[in-house]
Amino acid sequence: MLTRSFDKVEDILEKYGYRKEMLIKILLEIQHEYRHIPREVVNYIGVALGIPPAKIYGVITFYSQFSLNPKGEYTIMICDGTACHMEGSMNLVKVIEEEIGIRPGEVTQDLKFSLDKVGCLGACALAPAMVINGEVYGKLTPDKVREILRNIKERKAE
Amino acid sequence: MTTTTEKRFDNAQEIIKYIDALKAKKEKKLQKKSIYVCVGTGCTASGSRKVYAKFVDVIKQKGLDVAIEKIDDDDEPVKRTGCCGLCSLGPLVKVMPSGITYSHVTVDDVEEIVEKTLVNGESIERLLLTDPISHQKVERLEDATFFKNQTFYIMNEIGKSECESIEDYMARGGYLSLAKVLSMDRKEIIEIIKASGLRGRGGGGFPTGLKWEAAYNSKGDIKYIVCNADEGDPGAFMNRTLLERDPHSVLEGMIIAAYAIGAQEGYAYIRAEYPIAVEMFNKAIESAKEYGLLGDNILGTDFSLDIHVKEGAGAFVCGEETALLSSIEGKRGTPRPRPPFPAQAGLWGKPTLINNVETYGNVAKILRDGVESYRTRGVQKSPGTKMFSVTGPLNLTGIIEVQFGTTLRYILENICGGTSNGRRIKAIQIGGPSGACLPEELFDLPLDYDTLKSVGAMVGSGGIVAITDDRCMVEVARFFLDFTKRESCGKCVPCREGTMQAYNILEKFTQGKATYEDLETLEYVSEIVRTASLCGLGKTAPNPIVSTLKYFKEEYIEHIEGKCPSGMCTAFKKYIISPEKCKSCSLCARSCPNGAISGERGKPYVIDQDKCVKCGLCVTKCKFGAIELVG
Repeated sequence: MLTRSFDKVEDILEKYGYRKEMLIKILLEIQHEYRHIPREVVNYIGVALGIPPAKIYGVITFYSQFSLNPKGEYTIMICDGTACHMEGSMNLVKVIEEEIGIRPGEVTQDLKFSLDKVGCLGACALAPAMVINGEVYGKLTPDKVREILRNIKERKAE
Repeated sequence: MTTTTEKRFDNAQEIIKYIDALKAKKEKKLQKKSIYVCVGTGCTASGSRKVYAKFVDVIKQKGLDVAIEKIDDDDEPVKRTGCCGLCSLGPLVKVMPSGITYSHVTVDDVEEIVEKTLVNGESIERLLLTDPISHQKVERLEDATFFKNQTFYIMNEIGKSECESIEDYMARGGYLSLAKVLSMDRKEIIEIIKASGLRGRGGGGFPTGLKWEAAYNSKGDIKYIVCNADEGDPGAFMNRTLLERDPHSVLEGMIIAAYAIGAQEGYAYIRAEYPIAVEMFNKAIESAKEYGLLGDNILGTDFSLDIHVKEGAGAFVCGEETALLSSIEGKRGTPRPRPPFPAQAGLWGKPTLINNVETYGNVAKILRDGVESYRTRGVQKSPGTKMFSVTGPLNLTGIIEVQFGTTLRYILENICGGTSNGRRIKAIQIGGPSGACLPEELFDLPLDYDTLKSVGAMVGSGGIVAITDDRCMVEVARFFLDFTKRESCGKCVPCREGTMQAYNILEKFTQGKATYEDLETLEYVSEIVRTASLCGLGKTAPNPIVSTLKYFKEEYIEHIEGKCPSGMCTAFKKYIISPEKCKSCSLCARSCPNGAISGERGKPYVIDQDKCVKCGLCVTKCKFGAIELVG
């Protein structure tokens, strides 16, 4: 399994010409591929790019897009920007907690869902909003959130 | 939809002629039957891409794709357009040539729109926008008060530009400025920008021309140009909108700036949270290269330029210019002390010019239409227009463009149509986490860089959030400090520790545990963070506290006295069981996680307030509606 994962890493590194300054883009693609940044991959790209792993960890922990722990198959990003906060995004967090049993920053045991609170998605006119796997849901209400999550759960049951 | 034919231009005259021909073509295109669907982030979130696909299907089914005559190969009957700013009404669909615009269009409306409006030119009453100010149905978006009361300079052509097409941009006079400036002396271009009085739209309002001049004067063979599109302010999305609706206007501005300062390479730093903007800008770069407007020997001159998109990875501090440059280099985005300024030593230590998206968006127009025309809008020291994103419980929200000097009241009432929930707007938050909360008494101040600064606020990137009287100002300050405390990069102590301490105190307020001493400490900590922090993030982080303390101090005091005047802070509330409604079923007592509810059969149950954690579970369990939140 490890060899296979390094193949993908190698493809990504090659795509960006093993350039140090492309580190963030490389990490974004690795995050996208594995839904997190595996520790052994950090060492691998450290050697490949000639950057000490400590520096790479420094970058990973600095930016909120990166995670050292696996994210769920469905990553829920609930917006807590100004507009969404004022429209009650924190109530929606409670609803999500009730529905799937995790708090922001956590992932469900079966790795199906993970939940994160994010700054601003730029969808303020549709506040409160959330993004699940890149799809934006706006003008949310507790009922709407429940419906969306239940639909996803059913989708998987099939 | 780019063409496959080779269209590389290698001299300015040729492209100017071509642009003239495109203008005539665009006129013709707007006279014929076609449909424009918005594919910006807002409308996409409301399902516009499905609507777009359905239009394509239906038109094909009915054979209209053949029946409607094409002006050229790219002329499809259904077109994708960029954000017009009215995101709350999406998906928006415009039918040409009548210009009839529909809001909240769903897949089920598509057939009817094609039959009635596209084919027969009739409007469908139910899908028209009701103007919240005139209370009339409006057919054309341009006639809505929301748009009529704005002043457009960079956001013209509402809903009928094809955002992904370079030819559409050229048909609107795009790239004429680039063709013109390449034969001009570099200093002359900088003089024009200086004379225009254009100021940086990213927040600080530094004169753009002076920045260009400094970068031009810096010695060095290698220079860089950077576009700051790391719009991290929660509540602001102007840059996203501009990149999605008119990416070429930003790109042209960048190319001109690069030529003026002598840069050979450039970066557009766009947040990864804006995937559509990233996609649009990448497309714009590709087509500009195809047309010989970017790359080697632009328009046959010896000026060459390469521009790359760099995606951010989610860090608000990267909007600070030196932090942004570190991030482009692939490092942690921590700011560094200035001087040296980026214009002297920026990216990889080389002279670098860094401007905001909207600043670049103004450049080509200023050079094309002239300084005089630019200065007819705005006020003496802040000429021109500014895009703002307006959100909150208002009738219309989204992106607007107004001239500097417009008042907040005008925006709230004459453009956005007042509140949607009938409540009074007690404050406006402007400028995001670096900005301030302004009370109603200041709604009549003209919005410009200097006036806002004089009241302790700033234009910032331009986010305006309306706050109604059912919202708590202390909670607003707590919210912003929660944000800055998380986003503080940790490099300098005053910001890292200060924002944390200020946050802790604010939390005591919202939890009803604050004292008068806390109020003093809060003021003291704010002052230290403001004066001792390294970069703009820390220096401005206390603004939400300072402004709420200045204009809404009574709310802080009421919190100390045990009351949240807006009723938003739940810590001041308590759950009580109505003795009349309680049927003593004990369901609430059994569900309470903290064992705070007790009682016996035949008598109403009671909640022990000391034990209650205010989770609200009992309310959802009670079948008789006997439990209420009061306070």
